[in-house]
Amino acid sequence: MPHQKTRKEGSVSAKPLQAVNDFVVKFANINGSGSASANELFARSILRMGVPISPRNIFPSNIQGLPTWYEVRVSESGWLGRRGGVDLMVAMNPQTWDKDLQEIEPGGYLFYDNSKPLPRSKFRDDITVIGMPLTEMCNANYTDSREKQLFKNIIYLGALSALLGIDAGEIAQLIGEQYKGKEKLLKPNLNALQMGRDFARAKLACPIGLRVERRDSVGDRIFIEGNAAAALGCVYGGATVCAWYPITPSSSVAEAFTRWCQKFRVDAASGKNNFAIVQAEDELASIGMVVGAGWNGARAFTATSGPGISLMTEFIGLAYFAEIPVTIINVQRGGPSTGMPTRTQQADIIACAYASHGDTKHVLLFPEDPKECFEHAAAALDLADRLQTPVFVMTDLDIGMNQRLCAPLEWDDRRVFDRGKVMTREELDSGKDFGRFLDVDGDGIPYRTYPGTHPTRGGFFTRGTTKDRYARYSEEGPVYVDNVQRLLRKFETAKALVPKPVLTPAKYPARFGAIYFGSTSPAMQEALEALAELGIYVNALRVRAFPFQDEVFDFVASHSKVFVVEQNRDAQLKTLLVNDAGINPASLIPILHYDGTPITARFITSEIGRLVAALNVRPIKTGKIGKTDKAA
Amino acid sequence: MTYLAKPRLHHPTLPLNKIGFTRRDYEGQISTLCAGCGHDSISASLIQACWELDIEPHRIAKLSGIGCSSKTPDYLLGNSHGFNTVHGRMPSVLTGANLANRDLIYLGVSGDGDSASIGLGQFAHVMRRGVNMTYILENNGVYGLTKGQFSATADAGSKSKRGVANTDAPVDTVSLALLLGATYVARSFSGDKKQLVPLVKAALAHRGAAFIDVVSPCVAFNNHVGSTKSYDYVREHNDAVNRLDFISGREPIHVDYAEGEAVSVAQHDGTVLRLRKIDRGYDPTNRIAAMHYIQQHQAAGEVVTGLLFVAAETEDLHAHLNTADVPFNTLGAKQLCPGRAALDKLNASLR
Repeated sequence: MPHQKTRKEGSVSAKPLQAVNDFVVKFANINGSGSASANELFARSILRMGVPISPRNIFPSNIQGLPTWYEVRVSESGWLGRRGGVDLMVAMNPQTWDKDLQEIEPGGYLFYDNSKPLPRSKFRDDITVIGMPLTEMCNANYTDSREKQLFKNIIYLGALSALLGIDAGEIAQLIGEQYKGKEKLLKPNLNALQMGRDFARAKLACPIGLRVERRDSVGDRIFIEGNAAAALGCVYGGATVCAWYPITPSSSVAEAFTRWCQKFRVDAASGKNNFAIVQAEDELASIGMVVGAGWNGARAFTATSGPGISLMTEFIGLAYFAEIPVTIINVQRGGPSTGMPTRTQQADIIACAYASHGDTKHVLLFPEDPKECFEHAAAALDLADRLQTPVFVMTDLDIGMNQRLCAPLEWDDRRVFDRGKVMTREELDSGKDFGRFLDVDGDGIPYRTYPGTHPTRGGFFTRGTTKDRYARYSEEGPVYVDNVQRLLRKFETAKALVPKPVLTPAKYPARFGAIYFGSTSPAMQEALEALAELGIYVNALRVRAFPFQDEVFDFVASHSKVFVVEQNRDAQLKTLLVNDAGINPASLIPILHYDGTPITARFITSEIGRLVAALNVRPIKTGKIGKTDKAA
Repeated sequence: MTYLAKPRLHHPTLPLNKIGFTRRDYEGQISTLCAGCGHDSISASLIQACWELDIEPHRIAKLSGIGCSSKTPDYLLGNSHGFNTVHGRMPSVLTGANLANRDLIYLGVSGDGDSASIGLGQFAHVMRRGVNMTYILENNGVYGLTKGQFSATADAGSKSKRGVANTDAPVDTVSLALLLGATYVARSFSGDKKQLVPLVKAALAHRGAAFIDVVSPCVAFNNHVGSTKSYDYVREHNDAVNRLDFISGREPIHVDYAEGEAVSVAQHDGTVLRLRKIDRGYDPTNRIAAMHYIQQHQAAGEVVTGLLFVAAETEDLHAHLNTADVPFNTLGAKQLCPGRAALDKLNASLR
């Protein structure tokens, strides 16, 4: 069969897209076909050319055979949220062909394997179709079936590099780094890359309208998954005990912690480990181990996702009431129940804020990217010790399981671990009064002792039942009230300790505000700029923790309406704002995205735009200020 | 329920152990269990064992779940830290505590509802991990605090106080512990202090998962005719395989073993277990034979007691995980935080 060349522009009904360093490429593959590493090479090579990218894995709860996608947004402006829409589809999976084709923007491009002819009806006439006989080429060049499959990925990578103007030297360099020490594998990979490149240059119209050009827009930023960064935060924050149970999308936190510990935590002199990692029998046991270790004075954490949180809830209540430091990294996924295990949501806010029966409230942190996953994980270990309570790091699949460009991680060597209020043997010997639940300092936080501190003083019995200030069992009403009121004071104290919200002010005084948190951040930042271009100015506040500080209330009070942008169905953060802070629900307008895909700037922009129009607000753009700005 | 503090006055003639503590120093609050409860006898044996072993009371961490048995850690070792956790989950909390500080001695106290029903999973996994601990299961076959429901260790055919016969097969925790890799497995009877105290002492000295199932009649709900966990039934059907004498490595062996056949088992810390065998054919170092023996006698309606199995060479979870010799809770940033230079290097590798 003759090779199908790129169609001439005249044959495409929509004008082919033209863009430099600003487009979306999506790879449609089959799970387990080895495409992941080739696709990552594609993404990284663009990054090495100094152009920011944000890749996303869209994968099934499956090991082999089901559809999987890898979406790479190339954005010289540095927008790292999911954009929505696809400019170039690399359609390698016949199962999803029809759906994949639908996603291509008018004027976009389709790259496919044309080894077998497809009827004309299978295509669209408003896109540019680029066919390449990948299977044919692999059959001609390789005999081993696994090689035929794996090198197909590298061959299309070579072709794409020619089509998009990616520097093949960068890819070759990356392959070299990947196969360092395995030189036998290096050469065939480089050959396959060249084969794809040569074919494209000889037979396809290179380059297409989408192009990568070298820039210096990445700077010193690093490229890392949120889960790996959170695990590293646990290492830097001094966690010694990690107990966990495998669950998507959090497993790679514990796995990364294992790797980091092997690198950083093996005592050079003794060869022994300054860490203990236990894969528990379930989430009940993993949180139980963390509670036991926290009670005994070691810094401990677990990583889990929604279903795990449900199972841990009883222990979380115990840790709250018995006042034991616990750090939980919750990499949220689509719920409820098993929900969408491989899709993203921010739908555990209420479940975590109020986890357990009875009156409980917990500290939540909302990192926006891997850098904050690192910082919040380390901070959570300090906060848990300081506040003697469970602290949740509320990340999600979008941040956790995708590599994300972010500022380099930072650490101040002068920083010391805040171990909180721990009474020592010397203090006990000096006759200092020890009451495990005695509010000595008025901040609601009592002193504790580690087990084994003193032969005759400072021992106490920890329990989930009610007790008095000296840890003695009591079901007396006033004693109970005294204790739970102190827990409320402690929660107040937490407000001053948790990360403060971050304000992004609009260029001009704005009537509208927007509250957002966590992985919504990059899409929100992009939406703010898009809205400003439409003349809609919105002040934005990124909430970084629960309990909410005064800044959050002041922010709501100073706007006529505040949009609360979340990735769940029930407006959970809004509920928390109303419920816990007494904010008037009428002043909050939820903007909700919850189909399991990461929220996009397009979605936020159109929702806010629609709502602003419905509120009958005349955009500022028509006024003078907007024009002055344009001119400036 | 009220909290009963015990008077701290000691009789001046109370004997002191080698580290200067009286037996009273190992006691806790006054028990709030029913008069005659088997659990109180077990507490007394635990106190006796700790006093005789000259353990500083604060070097023990006592953990429990929920239920009558799980309340007992409050009634012993009042200067020790205790942790009354959640129902059936003591093993995981004990595991975490043990990882945090390997220097303390861990005493887990549980009941049959706690360990064989809601907590069967955690019971199994703590045994197979080889957590260094003494796990006491106070087994009365009944839920006391909720007023007399059967537990999972109640024998089939056993009658409740209201005359209802149990139709479910029982969970035999001793057989399970053996199957799952516990390295010290014993069964005893709360009313037999002479047997129980040395068993506890040897368990406390054992490195690894030590399990003692103690049949402990519930005077309120399971001490009637038709129950297989009543005082009368257990006394009639108790079949002891051996009598244990625990000899600390620090003292010369002075126990006279003239009568009967005796075997010695040395433990890692230098202690020696001297077993006076009542059943000549019984070998406590053979796991498979022990399981067979227990099952055989169980089928004949006999409750086998004594030291049923002990492994001389053991490794605990810390050995499996190759953890540092010092307690984790004493490590600081110096040992734990790789610092800024390492982070800068790492940043550079992530571009």
